[in-house]
Amino acid sequence: MLAQKKSSPFLMGYRLYVVAFFIFLAAPLISAGAFAFNDSLFPALPWQGFTLDWFFSDTEPKLGMFHDRRLLQGLYYSFVIAIFVAMLSVFVGTTNAFLFVRGEFPGKNFFYILMVVPLVIPGVILGISILVLASDTANYMENRFDLELEFLRPGLLLVVFGQFSFITTITSLVITARLKKFDATMEEAAFNLGASRVRVLRTVTLPFLRPAMIAAGIVAFLVSFENFNTTLFLVGSEAPLTITMYDRMAKVGSTPVLNAVSFVLMVGSGLLALLSIAIQRDKTSQ
Amino acid sequence: MMQNKDIKRLSLILLFSPFALWILLLIILPHIGMVLLSFREKVAPRVYEYSFANYLDFINEPIYWNTLLRTGSMSLLVTALALLIGFPIAYYIAKIAGPRARGGLFLLCLIPLWVSDLIRSFGWILLLRETGVISNFLLWTGLIGEPVEFLYNDIAVIIGLVYTVILFMIVPLVSTLDGMDNSMIEAGYNLGGNGFTVLRRIIIPYAMPGIVAGCIVTFMLTAGSYLTPVLLGGKNSSWFTEQIYNQFITRFNWEGGAAFGMLLLLFTSVVIWLGLKLSGQTLANTVAKS
Repeated sequence: MLAQKKSSPFLMGYRLYVVAFFIFLAAPLISAGAFAFNDSLFPALPWQGFTLDWFFSDTEPKLGMFHDRRLLQGLYYSFVIAIFVAMLSVFVGTTNAFLFVRGEFPGKNFFYILMVVPLVIPGVILGISILVLASDTANYMENRFDLELEFLRPGLLLVVFGQFSFITTITSLVITARLKKFDATMEEAAFNLGASRVRVLRTVTLPFLRPAMIAAGIVAFLVSFENFNTTLFLVGSEAPLTITMYDRMAKVGSTPVLNAVSFVLMVGSGLLALLSIAIQRDKTSQ
Repeated sequence: MMQNKDIKRLSLILLFSPFALWILLLIILPHIGMVLLSFREKVAPRVYEYSFANYLDFINEPIYWNTLLRTGSMSLLVTALALLIGFPIAYYIAKIAGPRARGGLFLLCLIPLWVSDLIRSFGWILLLRETGVISNFLLWTGLIGEPVEFLYNDIAVIIGLVYTVILFMIVPLVSTLDGMDNSMIEAGYNLGGNGFTVLRRIIIPYAMPGIVAGCIVTFMLTAGSYLTPVLLGGKNSSWFTEQIYNQFITRFNWEGGAAFGMLLLLFTSVVIWLGLKLSGQTLANTVAKS
């Protein structure tokens, strides 16, 4: 298993296996991206020549993604949802980090496990349970007080809450890990120099946490952007991109415009992921 | 001194409230609501009674529990495959690759993680279907005489699921193996162990928290997945989440759907609990650490 000696046939085989694995990883992504540039009405071989029509053409039957109103709307809603989820979950993730690293209170271990639990609940369950509670509350208010609480019906707000419910665990874990590495003498030094609590937090502790907060925000943004399971049950008329694409796939079948969207999303999230890694790396060199 | 104590208490309350609101309003109360709903039976329009009717429906209808068992067993199979395929990769990244290649390989592993389920499944559809890339390639090489449909069967579903979840297996494995001192492995060899005993007696016990964390997340994601089985398995994928969706959205039977949701949650919790007990790990030192 371990290949103590270099360049043994065993190690060669091992390397081949690793290469095969990465081909397996890349294959569906390449096929999803590459057919965006095929000049054909179907995302399939044979290759009919290079085109950018599936991005920029403004006429049917090859309506490009940048002229497809429903896809653009989906992209817009995904953005709005992901930004709200990222901000909310980074905020709560930061307070959670302080709570569990600095706070001393009874039942701390129990609450810590409670914080991790949302990550191991299937997304479908989170979606339906929030849908049930919100609808029950809305129905109750309607029957009892004749109040119509529109925001508790499926829509953007519920989608944001549904995604926030488990993404906060991820951001909390990332920021907690960073806060644990904080050297408390830095704060003490600032206190000794006469700084107030708020000032120490603003000028010493938060700057130290910033790389982790940004990285957690990017992760939250990406996870929100690609979420499907939780969103599926909470979505109203404002469908985010994954739901719009799924609808398109189910109703129209696969068309190369979906490949174009896939290509754009892959490039976009790839860049964001690299950015978050660059920030994390910066952090370790500090 | 007294004032300092008050400030501490106040800041603790301020820090605890976002956490409490989040867990209470979005996790605990919704689940209580779902449990209550699952025990409700519609006896007449707008009239409800508490009963076990929704759970009895599940027991009396073999299609339902067969689907749950099938989902469970296929998820276990996918988890095992992900571990078998992923462990050598994680070991290679953490221990064999040079320091420079290590970062690059780890990045390569992570990139598909940032692409949505939908796009990954879409990619597999384009590869596997009758007019897809693999069928065309095999035709071109002459290995097959006419186009073959690789989609809409269990193998396609398993390939798609392993692909979707394997990264969640590799990442915790790499981070635990990374923390392992190479001298432990060398000591194993020096004491006369062969590759297999070193693997079994030293590496695997050391990597156990990572293995368990990876398996929990993988199993949970697989059992709770919706898109991959539906898109790659087609009409007869019979995945349990699909049943939940049907009850909720298609049949508008929320009571039944809530009961199914509870069953899925119970089922995955029991499997995860068993896994933790059997391996002697806890949730806090596995999932929380990755």
